[in-house]
Amino acid sequence: MTSVSETVTAVDSPLTSYQFGPKSKGTLPRGLTLAAVLIIVLILAVIMFNIILGGLGIISWKFLSRPPEQGMEAGGIFPAIFGTVALVFLMVIAVIPFGVMTAIYLHEYTRPDSVTTRLIRVAVNNLAGVPSIVFGLFGLGFFVGFIGSGIDSIFYEPGRPVWGQPAIIWAALTLSILTMPVVIVSTEEALRAIPRELKEASYALGATKLQTIIRIIVPQAMPGIFTGAILGISRGAGEVAPIMFTGAAYYLPYLPTKLNDQFMDLGYHIYVMATQSPDVEKTKPILYGTVLVLLVLTFLLNFVAIFIRSRIRTRRVNA
Amino acid sequence: MDKYRFKPKSRIREFIGEKFIALNALAALIGILLIFIFIFKEAVPIFSDREVQEEASLSKMLYKQVYYEGREPKWSWQPNSTVPKYSLLPLFLGTIKAAIVAMLFAVPLAVGAAIYTSEFASRRMREIIKPVIELLAGLPSVVLGFFALVVLATALQKTFGFTYRLNAINAGIALGIAVIPIIFTVAEDAMNAVPKSLRDAAVALGANPWQVSFTMVLPAALPGIAAGVVLGFGRAIGETMIVLMASGNAAIISASFTESIRTFSATIAAELAEVVFGSPHYNVLFFIGTLLFIFTFVINLGGDFILNRLKKKLQGRS
Repeated sequence: MTSVSETVTAVDSPLTSYQFGPKSKGTLPRGLTLAAVLIIVLILAVIMFNIILGGLGIISWKFLSRPPEQGMEAGGIFPAIFGTVALVFLMVIAVIPFGVMTAIYLHEYTRPDSVTTRLIRVAVNNLAGVPSIVFGLFGLGFFVGFIGSGIDSIFYEPGRPVWGQPAIIWAALTLSILTMPVVIVSTEEALRAIPRELKEASYALGATKLQTIIRIIVPQAMPGIFTGAILGISRGAGEVAPIMFTGAAYYLPYLPTKLNDQFMDLGYHIYVMATQSPDVEKTKPILYGTVLVLLVLTFLLNFVAIFIRSRIRTRRVNA
Repeated sequence: MDKYRFKPKSRIREFIGEKFIALNALAALIGILLIFIFIFKEAVPIFSDREVQEEASLSKMLYKQVYYEGREPKWSWQPNSTVPKYSLLPLFLGTIKAAIVAMLFAVPLAVGAAIYTSEFASRRMREIIKPVIELLAGLPSVVLGFFALVVLATALQKTFGFTYRLNAINAGIALGIAVIPIIFTVAEDAMNAVPKSLRDAAVALGANPWQVSFTMVLPAALPGIAAGVVLGFGRAIGETMIVLMASGNAAIISASFTESIRTFSATIAAELAEVVFGSPHYNVLFFIGTLLFIFTFVINLGGDFILNRLKKKLQGRS
């Protein structure tokens, strides 16, 4: 390397602007940028340790399986865990078909520079950037106020709202729009990793495009779709702003069993306990415990997704 | 081979299949249109309804108002007072203050880490940094809000002796932590997109690795880094739970960063639950939502545009 650079500087080059000064090893920029990395790692470590240390003491079978007691100062958080799981379950059922079909359409049917593709891409990117509180407003205005009340006015006697009120189905649908970009991006990545030969072999055997998609492409993309679903769940489980007006309740004496029931949610539980509790010191252990449960839930899901995705990436490199 | 025998072709099925998939692919597009329509719809009375305008017109939201006879005109956000006041200025100030702190905190860390990861890090180091950033991105904002409210606020107050425990700096730092992954990811992508041929050319001209980074890669990737910062700013403006929990939620006019603030997003989150359906207050909250939507929409379009142009340029297609 040195000999090459010496030759270049020795030649009377017209490219004077590209002559480099005396060699510096760049210790300073290297050190500064490394410090930035270390600070970020440190921030994550501090947050994790604080929450693990604060929450580990209270985690017990009783805490995970019992409803809250004495105005949240004792008991467990089972209804909130149940509500969150039910919520993301409904959400994922709603988001997967749309997300997967969008990805397939973008990747298999249209050229990357066609107007439709570009419009859809712009929409997907923007959807990912819409503030979550705006999704909350939308869920209230559209799902609860428009769809829900619409169903009520057509099928039910006027009076008490049946569907035109905050409910778990509306919260789940709101979240499904919020998480759609995650599913689309993840599925697309999986589609890109499918070797072209597979598709060509399918066509060579006489399959049509639709047959190829259903029997070759979708099965091959399954790990990616699965990753997208997990990432979507992990994202959805932690969101609070979109569900606080569309279905989440602070305390319910029953578990949600119907689609138009309200529900308790881990994230919302954390928010209300942290900001509106009359005696913060008394609820603090439960609060920490709830945060730990939510964190473990989202991180476990994230780890699984990262693991699957890294396997997809290796496959693409090998192909 | 039975597994690979396909049924005879059916044109109708192909056609219906394609159209069905295409229809579903429009979901994102329809979604974003519906979001705009249904949020703006509830804000319309501010522009059309006389009665609503009596209480909350556009000029009442923007300019100083005399609320009580004989008093000084002022900007004030007190929607639940007997004389409801809907000035957006205190909220605007709060939003901007939190976002400024967030960016001052996040940009050096995120861009620095992105440079290190793309230019200096060994393969193994990269395999540590990437998951850390992904985990940080996976932290629910309510958890960050909780951390800022319970731990960070106390620590900052003890260290710097702030009068108010919950203030713009506290909320801004927590917001910065939430924004780091976005800036990092976009900036690192941009630097990775710089083609190897450019790096090789610099090496051939006698640059050592860090000279390659700073005279070749960084300038080439600069628009991408800028896009990352812009997108991070958009996220900081719209983020809700963190500021709702960690900012103190006081709508005051002040230039000080150590006083409590109230942001646009937190205002919606805090007030929508108690507001009377269809009241002027309700309309104003949806109007704020419309503003947030439009603002983030423009930011995202801009960021996207910069990134696309950069990608084309780096691939030599422009």
